[in-house]
Amino acid sequence: MARTITIDPVTRIEGHAKITIQLNDEGMVEDARFHVTQYRGFEKLCEGRPFSEMPSLMARTCGICPVSHLLASSKACDALLAVRVPRTGQLLRRVLNLGQIVQSHALSFFHLSSPDFLLGMDAPPEKRNLFALVETHPTIARDGIALRKFGQQVIERLAGKRIHPAWCVPGGVSDPLDAESRDAILAEIPHAMAIATRTLEWYQKTFRQFAEEIATFANFPSLFMGLVDEDGNLEFTDGKVRVVDSAGNIIADQLDIADYQDFIGEAVEPYSYLKSPYYKPLGYPDGIYRVGPLARLNIADRCNTPRADEAWAEFRELDRRVVLSSFHYHYARLIEIIACLEQMEKILRDPDILDTHVRAHAEPNAFEGVGVSEAPRGMLIHHYRIDRNGLITWANLIIATGHNNLAMNRGVLQAAKHFVRGEKIEEGMLNRVEAVIRCYDPCLSCSTHAIGQMPLEVELMGPRGEILDRVRRD
Amino acid sequence: MTPTTAQQARVKTLKINGRDVSASGDQTILEVARENGIEIPTLCHLSGLTPVGACRLCLVEVKGVNKLLPACVTRVHENMEVFTDSERLRKYRRMVLEFLFTERNHICAVCVSNGHCELQSLAQQQGMTHVRVPYLYQKLHVDASHPRFKVDHNRCVLCTRCVRVCDEIEGAHTWDVFHRGIKARVITDLNQPWGTSETCTGCGKCVHVCPTGALTEKGVSVAEMAKRRQFLPYLTMMREERG
Repeated sequence: MARTITIDPVTRIEGHAKITIQLNDEGMVEDARFHVTQYRGFEKLCEGRPFSEMPSLMARTCGICPVSHLLASSKACDALLAVRVPRTGQLLRRVLNLGQIVQSHALSFFHLSSPDFLLGMDAPPEKRNLFALVETHPTIARDGIALRKFGQQVIERLAGKRIHPAWCVPGGVSDPLDAESRDAILAEIPHAMAIATRTLEWYQKTFRQFAEEIATFANFPSLFMGLVDEDGNLEFTDGKVRVVDSAGNIIADQLDIADYQDFIGEAVEPYSYLKSPYYKPLGYPDGIYRVGPLARLNIADRCNTPRADEAWAEFRELDRRVVLSSFHYHYARLIEIIACLEQMEKILRDPDILDTHVRAHAEPNAFEGVGVSEAPRGMLIHHYRIDRNGLITWANLIIATGHNNLAMNRGVLQAAKHFVRGEKIEEGMLNRVEAVIRCYDPCLSCSTHAIGQMPLEVELMGPRGEILDRVRRD
Repeated sequence: MTPTTAQQARVKTLKINGRDVSASGDQTILEVARENGIEIPTLCHLSGLTPVGACRLCLVEVKGVNKLLPACVTRVHENMEVFTDSERLRKYRRMVLEFLFTERNHICAVCVSNGHCELQSLAQQQGMTHVRVPYLYQKLHVDASHPRFKVDHNRCVLCTRCVRVCDEIEGAHTWDVFHRGIKARVITDLNQPWGTSETCTGCGKCVHVCPTGALTEKGVSVAEMAKRRQFLPYLTMMREERG
């Protein structure tokens, strides 16, 4: 008899979600879906507000990566002003973003995902969390906390506070960097680098024990999309869009984000508040693509910093052309932390970094503006339209987790087909399906611009829609 | 000398919070309290503008009077006994603030005046930790038609400082109050977009006397709108001297 399994709520991700698994008459998995069940409507509530409030207003979408929203929003506002941000302003924004990626990756890897690697996918949830980790692997837990603290302090030293700073503004940043803060960050980089390096070395030795998960955790061909600089190097803050297919071919390069609607379509599915963006030239749903750490390392020609490039070369050996398993998002995050630390050091040693000309002033000169940044979870697009007086008339946000929606759905189906057996939901199976989602480190609060905690519900459903089993975690 | 002026000029003695203080006859309780370093919270009051007693934050207790009196418009009299701080007053002041916060949208975190707002500071000083009445969630518009300034009615507390400074100091009387009660709004000229006002001189005094993020400069981001009010006592003095 066919049935549906629902995993609700999905835990250790940012936001609210539910997974349903549909079984066929033979009791085999027929379909699986990832539903985002929350809604906030940031795009609507900003209508009528002055554009200059947008960076801080939109950053309230998320407390984990407000900096990413600040950047994408400020860049959209730069486009409205039609100004060129002073070079030092651009560099400072880059450092802010690098600090943000380090702290968010540390949170995702150490706090949210490492309990799965260290305590086992089959361990009961009460023994598979950060607190258990502190008891069993205190060094790793401490490293995670220290690395996240480093990233958060970079944000605080630049922008005045760790969460929801208002420092990044249309035209640049509001205050220049002082020598004391620069030196403090530079002095802390070696310690952060030591943590990142030893974690990467440990992970490189251990990840192969998850061969089954690597093979089945959203391991499928798809496109990869993200930003690269003009030379094709790994890029987090500026740059243009590159799209690479599953064979590693660059199918589009140096696309201007202002034209994103030419190459990204946004489909809406009735079962989720999260939209399903797709690569337009390939249509829906064939234009499935992934963004984020895995995508960034797949599309870039190199990281362009020595230590990260060494790790990147080894990473790219994992697969013949591009790395396809979403399990390797975790690995990619560790390499990116190293790349961020190296880039940060390079920028902070720039002779212009303490320059006080950090902001360009202008009245709005364009009625429409698009901004992009690489958030920790992938490409983040903000698109605004304003009236003659500078008030927002329309806004569209495409968040990293949205870009990954189709891929998350396909990943859940793949893992469910492999791990779900029979009519009862078992813990290990539940956790593996959930862990697929966690690879993407989704931020559902951002992506539906939605509110709430992140409980997980899984429903197992029969062919006629009857619920056979349901597991819920709060 | 007329009898009235003679009476006004006579020194009066009174008690504020049990302290003996002296005042000239035409002074208000607020003026006397401030001269003697006694703090009374105010919002609509601004030194240099005519007091109107609109916000009710300066309410004080006067012995022998059952109702609470606004210190900014109540004149002192001989042997008056005033109390500026009591549990009853603190309760009323917090309630006034709660009503102000619920009537319109005062979400400080995303306001351009965050950290520079008198309403916000008052709420902190008066220990307003939460709001006990439902928010009205009125959706009011932002008028950004002026080339340099904008008015966000969502942040307005109807203190009328803008109305008074424009009328009494600038002499333009561009601002006024339209409608009554919950529907009341500050308006420019004949309730038309600010940018089309023929009387507005663009001096910006209204922006700088506004206690909240209602009147602000265009282009400022969140928490950037610090107001400068040093000009006001100087301008008032100059007006008076020229008589």
